[in-house]
Amino acid sequence: MSQIDLALQQDESTSEHAYASRSQWKMMVSRFKKNKRAMVGFWMVVFCVTVALLAPWVAPYDPIEQNMQIMLEGPSLSHPFGTDEFGRDILSRIIHGTQISLMTGIVGVLIAVILGVALGTISGYFGGLADTLIMRIMDIFMAFPSFLLALAIVSVLGPGMINVMIAIGIFSVPTFARLSRSSVISIKDKEYIEAVKAMGGSNLHIIIKHVIPNSIAPIIVLSSMRIATAIITAAGLSFLGMGAQPPTPEWGAMLSTGREYLRVAPHVSTMPGLAIMFLVLGFNMLGDGLRDALDPKMKL
Amino acid sequence: MSMRQTPLVEIRNLKKYYPITKGLLKRTVNHVKAVDGLDFTIYKGETLGLVGESGCGKSTTGRTILQLLQPTEGEVIYEGKNLVGMKPRELRKLRKNMQMVFQDPYASLDPRLTVGEIIAEPMEIHRLYAGKEKDKRVDELLEVVGLSSYHAKRHPHEFSGGQRQRIGIARALALEPQLIVADEPVSALDVSIQSQVINLLQDLQGQFGLTYLFIAHDLSVVKHISDRIGVMYLGRMVELADKHDLYDTPLHPYTQALLSAVPVPDPLAKRERIVLQGDVPSPANPPQGCTFHPRCQACMEICKTQRPKWTEVDGRYVACHLYE
Repeated sequence: MSQIDLALQQDESTSEHAYASRSQWKMMVSRFKKNKRAMVGFWMVVFCVTVALLAPWVAPYDPIEQNMQIMLEGPSLSHPFGTDEFGRDILSRIIHGTQISLMTGIVGVLIAVILGVALGTISGYFGGLADTLIMRIMDIFMAFPSFLLALAIVSVLGPGMINVMIAIGIFSVPTFARLSRSSVISIKDKEYIEAVKAMGGSNLHIIIKHVIPNSIAPIIVLSSMRIATAIITAAGLSFLGMGAQPPTPEWGAMLSTGREYLRVAPHVSTMPGLAIMFLVLGFNMLGDGLRDALDPKMKL
Repeated sequence: MSMRQTPLVEIRNLKKYYPITKGLLKRTVNHVKAVDGLDFTIYKGETLGLVGESGCGKSTTGRTILQLLQPTEGEVIYEGKNLVGMKPRELRKLRKNMQMVFQDPYASLDPRLTVGEIIAEPMEIHRLYAGKEKDKRVDELLEVVGLSSYHAKRHPHEFSGGQRQRIGIARALALEPQLIVADEPVSALDVSIQSQVINLLQDLQGQFGLTYLFIAHDLSVVKHISDRIGVMYLGRMVELADKHDLYDTPLHPYTQALLSAVPVPDPLAKRERIVLQGDVPSPANPPQGCTFHPRCQACMEICKTQRPKWTEVDGRYVACHLYE
């Protein structure tokens, strides 16, 4: 009898707990789901990620295998997106290119988030000289047009996708640093931070356990939007020959080589262009939706 | 009265100035004297109430004593050790003996943590309990403040203001402190809830032998909970006395005016209301001499030029030329 009672009690408390801690999360998910544009963006991104993960299996052809007999052929049943100047299947190249674009976007933004949040948090939390120093350096970075800055960094580091990721990471750092600085400043004087100080928490403890978790929401939103920018920038750099080197199936590089055949075979550059548009649009709509779902009052 | 006179915290000449800067080079042109020279002692086991108008430096006093704000000058002697200028590492260890209960129960709990995590945090920082023992202690503390152990898994936003204040109190108790600085702990609550929280604080004091520095602007609340009361005006203490002495025979003209403002729940009672003229002067530019003299009814010539000394009169303290 008592055991049953105990079990009942326990059941009650756990279900209550589950309800309680999920309510905030649930509210966010339901807000997100109600937003049609956000859901479209979400599924676009999910689609691209799935394609990227399954690329070797879903791509009908080898993306770098050349076949000179079917150069620059238009879309057909065997090659739905047509073939390029070396007779490679454009669909397969775009599918494999998804991997590269997603990777550069995500890794680039990850670098920016890590560096930006670290710098922004330090400068917002401690203020004073560290703040002035860090933010003035960020201002210098921000004074350059972002694409030119990325281009300059890649020119210094040398072409290649890894360097493109680093360049994208660096040129996005100031945006993240500023955003996290401002959101850290808005919470660092809250009483719950003071309470942790009063109980003897070190600055590191306060930053890791309270400041960053409470200031991360706008960072998440900005990240999803910056991934879109990063993908465009990476494609742009590859378009200029500073990114992926042939025969890597990178969208920007494909767009660039297709340019020469724009009159005879417009599909060669149109198809990767559409792919870029699709992915970027997906991330932007996802980001907008996340912003509205995480905090309807957030201004970004 | 005399048997509980073991000092716990001695505050000597405590000052907290905020610089007012001007221009590109941030030249310091003046100071806001939030707390301007306090001298008093908090005895073990007592409740010292601190009252005054808003902006008189009550909260700053509490925070400077706990070293949450760096004092500009002065000493805070806790059990023989001066907290001012102590190394951060050493100070952090001592912090477990003095905790704070905050005014705003909505801002003082991290919204991302569960109540259990909030209460366990001080124990984690000082590595006092771990694992099952810690969970047990959290449950205990929740029950001590009148909540239930299943509340531990919820987030602060699911509680009412009064319940949140209880959570804040449980967190403060987690380290078994000696001193609790309560910074207007009930002013954000409904009147009906206020008395519950006040009674809880009193119960806990008996149970754990706590010492309170109770900051408030509500005179009846302070009267109810305090043993002694300090009255502050413009960053200085004007009077400090046993609560009965203070309420029966206020010495300082400011205390008299303040007490005359307390509503009396009897419509026929004759009241002599002392209405102060003018506003509180700016703490950046306090009046010469006694800071209260421009509004004082008993102002004398000497008040305009000389700052009254903090003097003892029959076991109580007052800073007024009338009693020197």
